[in-house]
Amino acid sequence: MSLVLLQLIGLFAGLSMLAFGGGAGIIPDMQRAAVDQHHWLTAREFLDMFAIARAAPGPGSLIVVLVGLKAAGMAGAAVSFAAMFAPSCLLVHIVAHYWQSAARSAWRGVVERALAPVAVGLTFASGLSLMRGTEHGWLPWAVTCLSAVLFAVTEINPIILLLGGASALLLVGS
Amino acid sequence: MENRSPPSLAALFASYVSIGMMSFGGGLAAWARREIVQKRGWLDDKQFLSGYALSQLVPGATNVNLAVFIGTQLRGPLGAISCVCGLTALPLTIVLLLGLLYLRSQGHTGGVWVSAALGGMGAVAIGLNLGTGFRLARRNITGLVPIAVTATVTLSIGVFGYSLVHVLLVMMPVSLVLAWATRPR
Repeated sequence: MSLVLLQLIGLFAGLSMLAFGGGAGIIPDMQRAAVDQHHWLTAREFLDMFAIARAAPGPGSLIVVLVGLKAAGMAGAAVSFAAMFAPSCLLVHIVAHYWQSAARSAWRGVVERALAPVAVGLTFASGLSLMRGTEHGWLPWAVTCLSAVLFAVTEINPIILLLGGASALLLVGS
Repeated sequence: MENRSPPSLAALFASYVSIGMMSFGGGLAAWARREIVQKRGWLDDKQFLSGYALSQLVPGATNVNLAVFIGTQLRGPLGAISCVCGLTALPLTIVLLLGLLYLRSQGHTGGVWVSAALGGMGAVAIGLNLGTGFRLARRNITGLVPIAVTATVTLSIGVFGYSLVHVLLVMMPVSLVLAWATRPR
């Protein structure tokens, strides 16, 4: 097995166990490893792939498939997918048996209350570090802020926002 | 629910294929609830919500975790695999196709347009993450202690660029101790 495949497995299997709060939290570390450390892709390509994964159906963490694809072709995509999802799935499978029986225990409430603020912090941090990682001009800044507000306070479908953002940069940016 | 026979692996797979197709633009948990609880009656609301809470706590994509939980509850390990395969099969294919198209478009005429459109979608995607943060914060973060923990995690990773492992190693124990100390009695 080639070195790149092993690096992909090591990176994503490790991040899989750290992806608290739904997976957005590992984006900053993934960006640093894939762009700055391994030079598999540029910061701009990383943001493009983040956008593709977010616009397509399914979990946003499918971005690992695109990073793997760019780094090592279809084999890279396959090992990245397995490395990202197998560890966390195995953990849920094991914990599921104990979870129901712990419904009213004191520790479960404490764990739930302790993890919530960490998860929310990770979600904010992922947005901020993506903005730092790419050259964010005035228009992307405005689009980011506007869509954050609209998504936070209205029930608007994210697909409409994504299409709106694409149109805005197509019209102004080219 | 004791007299309910567990669904077949094929039925689990098929249900999760349909849930995966509905997940365009998010709101996947709502679709999963509609299919698993309301339409099929495989779990009751309480079981579903308990599984959803667990899926958010454990690392990994919430909806994939939820699929594992539901599959495990209904049919054990094979059930979990059926649900996850059903959920990811179609999105995985779509993402791969889009990725191949994207990599092909680089350096070609039209690549500029793709790049501009993706730039706009990337800017929105960042906004969606921030917006999700606000939504979660409004519902779950009340009181000075949780706000301080959220702010510390946000700034240390998002602004100062500390690595996730280091921040989690410090902030997980801190948050657990704080949650224990401030637990309702």
